Amino acid sequence: MSADALDVRAVSKRYGDCIANRDVSFSAARGELHAIVGENGAGKSTLMHLLYGTEPADSGEVRLFGTLRRGRSATEQVAASIAAGLGMVHQHFMLVPSLTVVENVVLGREPVTAGLLSLDTAIADLQKLGARYGLDVDPLAEVSTLSVGEAQRVEILKVLWRGAEILILDEPTQILTPTEVEALFAILRELAAAGKTVILVTHKLDEVMALCQKVTVMRAGEVVATHLVAETTPKQLAAEMVGEGNVVEVTRTHGELGEPRLELDKIVVRRQAGIAVDGVSLTVRAGEIVGVAGVQGNGQTELVLAVAGLLDLSSGKIRLSQRDISRASSGKRRALGLHHVAEDRHQRGLVLDFTVEENLMLGRTATYSRWLGLDLDRVRLRIDCEEVIRHFDVRPPRPELSARSLSGGNQQKVLVGRELLDSPQALLCAQPTRGVDLGAAARIRAAIAAAADAGCAVLLVSTELEELEALCDRVVVMRRGRLVGELTPKTLQPGTLRQRLGALMAGAS
Amino acid sequence: MKLVAVVVVAAPLLFAFGRRLYRERRGGPLLAQVWVALSATLLSLLVGSMLILAVGSSPLEVYRLLLAGTWGNLHGISQVFFKATPLALAGLSFTIAFRAGLFNIGIEGQLTLGAFAMALTGAYVRGPSWLVVPLCLVAGAVAGAVPAALAGLFKATRGAHEVITTMMLNFVVRAAMVGVGPLVFVRESTHTVPILAAAELPRLSLYFPSLHGSALNAGLLIAVVAALLVGWLLWRTPLGFSLRAVGLGADAAEASGVRTGRAIITAMALSGAMAGLVGASFVLGYKRYYEDGFSGGVGFMGIAVAVLGGARPVGVLVAALALGTLSEGGLCINSVVPKEIVDVLQATVIFAAVAMTPLSRRLFRLAEAT
Repeated sequence: MSADALDVRAVSKRYGDCIANRDVSFSAARGELHAIVGENGAGKSTLMHLLYGTEPADSGEVRLFGTLRRGRSATEQVAASIAAGLGMVHQHFMLVPSLTVVENVVLGREPVTAGLLSLDTAIADLQKLGARYGLDVDPLAEVSTLSVGEAQRVEILKVLWRGAEILILDEPTQILTPTEVEALFAILRELAAAGKTVILVTHKLDEVMALCQKVTVMRAGEVVATHLVAETTPKQLAAEMVGEGNVVEVTRTHGELGEPRLELDKIVVRRQAGIAVDGVSLTVRAGEIVGVAGVQGNGQTELVLAVAGLLDLSSGKIRLSQRDISRASSGKRRALGLHHVAEDRHQRGLVLDFTVEENLMLGRTATYSRWLGLDLDRVRLRIDCEEVIRHFDVRPPRPELSARSLSGGNQQKVLVGRELLDSPQALLCAQPTRGVDLGAAARIRAAIAAAADAGCAVLLVSTELEELEALCDRVVVMRRGRLVGELTPKTLQPGTLRQRLGALMAGAS
Repeated sequence: MKLVAVVVVAAPLLFAFGRRLYRERRGGPLLAQVWVALSATLLSLLVGSMLILAVGSSPLEVYRLLLAGTWGNLHGISQVFFKATPLALAGLSFTIAFRAGLFNIGIEGQLTLGAFAMALTGAYVRGPSWLVVPLCLVAGAVAGAVPAALAGLFKATRGAHEVITTMMLNFVVRAAMVGVGPLVFVRESTHTVPILAAAELPRLSLYFPSLHGSALNAGLLIAVVAALLVGWLLWRTPLGFSLRAVGLGADAAEASGVRTGRAIITAMALSGAMAGLVGASFVLGYKRYYEDGFSGGVGFMGIAVAVLGGARPVGVLVAALALGTLSEGGLCINSVVPKEIVDVLQATVIFAAVAMTPLSRRLFRLAEAT
């Protein structure tokens, strides 16, 4: 029997007093498509670092094609990994935008003839690889001109050109459109058919089911189970990822809708050269959740920012409970009860170097201010913070930890928790569960549903269609800055919403 | 020769040791900062030893002299505190701006204007001491705040980087002093007329006769109180919270309703006001007049003080004492070795601390943005 392509034996890693990986073992054969699934914070990223060698493991060993990988420092280990045929396709592309595809591919290993850079063989290599695996990208195109899907293909070409036999892909579909995902999967199948081993890190179970042969489930830094995909179900995997009894069901009471709370009247937002939002009119009633669907980059981001007061309106009016707030500052709007769960939680939602507790105070200092603004009531803040931590099950439950040290899902819990603390009149939610694991997403959705049921008007922008389906009273579709359609999930056959939305998003009539 | 070898081997080890301790943060960030300060100091002493050997003296003897002259007797100690006072205020000034994500290079110019305003107020305003002294301090703070706030305004409204504008304003202040100074200076000198008795900050030797002959004065109390206030402001008040939020995440602060432009102007004004007080000890407590070039670059040393002190008020006080020790110690060892040795020690401490802490990495990223 030939040795497995990749064999990980009992690797462990701890950061301070946090155990990121404990005795993780799994193996993948040649030509195998192997998924590693787990919630955010389950230790997938750490495992990838240990696999590739960018972080040295505390204990355990990694064998590539039967040979133990050696090397003490990270640099030595990565060099050994590459030499043994391990290639990493990063979630965030490591490409130089102003260079061409072929230049990016050879970067760091430039072929030289007589002291000069010679790209001809590399170009031929790329064309050969492209034809073989369906990775068609023009080797001479500048990377900045490529689409996201193409840029990802360049990343894959890069590791293949370096002779990778095992490819690790970290959340590769997060930024792709559905068509691009299909194309990627076709490529990965080709690669596997050619005997390469593909390790896919993801938390999307439908992708695992559609693509992979084996799946390893991680939870809290440990391997919970390894299955043949044919012998398992998404439901079982989800239960294993989240742990027993941790799934929160989303229920909405769908009571009577109240008065119009948030009204947008033909708002227009310009950004850079173009018009991002082009005359959008929309009313959200008290107790209602209105979803905004659409392919990313069709003006949803700008719509939310403009309503939050972070982008100026070119024309149109915004009213909150009949009051014109079109010219009010973002702080004023917040004070009036219009809260905002920012799309970019690292940049706009949280201050990562603040503690969890301090983040809960952002925009809410007035609540804790006393002695004419000369002091902050830290005791009350601590009480509120512990309340949010308990209610959203923020882990680890420590108010004094920096937000940076939390996983993405837990960061998002803190952010949503903060925006719901003062029972807002209206809530803007932009991609509240993007990149968030199942357990956290369920909790966040439940909290949003509960806020609406308590009378809050919610405008929910999301690219997750099942989220819109589960939560919204109405869903509007945005394309090229305009609203191009409206659907009511309740009145539709289950499952048809997705098709109808997809058609509207793509521009069919 | 043996010592040279020791230094060559030990210096990088010490550096790595300090860095590692900082990274791991055993016992929290505070202890880590202390480790950095300690290993940086040891490192500089080692490097200094090489130089002292090179000029043919004994390092141990020089360091013994340095310590004996500073912390070895009451007079020395009081002089260290006297030297540390303006350093602490300049460090606090830098800290305020730095915590709001701003890089105030204009402390030197701001403190010049502040000291000048204090001296004039003290010389011409008559009244009881309890009124005139605070008035002088307010005048100094306002005079320091104005150019700094101006730089803040440029940044908030036009996006002009504060490193450039504050640095340029240093030159503006210097040029202005060349023009204005002679109009008010005592003839044939570069200093103003002395302040009135009512405006003086009392020397501590008045209350503690054992400090006789020391220049240490109530300016020290101003620095200590200022440190407490800055700590309170930044970590205990809504204003300080929003300034720190702007410093660590301007977009998030803005999204939460903080007016970032206003926060920038406020932070710069407060930083400048603190800079305006740097001269208090010299003008109101020591020489009793403003003199051109009195600061000796304290405004720039303030940056080092803030970095060494981890941009925390207590740290700033400790760092000011450390650099004050070196500055006073230079005078004590001058008979044995050139006093410039202490400049080397100072520079090495700063270099080492800067290289070890991520705080300074942020600082340089700010500087890169210019």
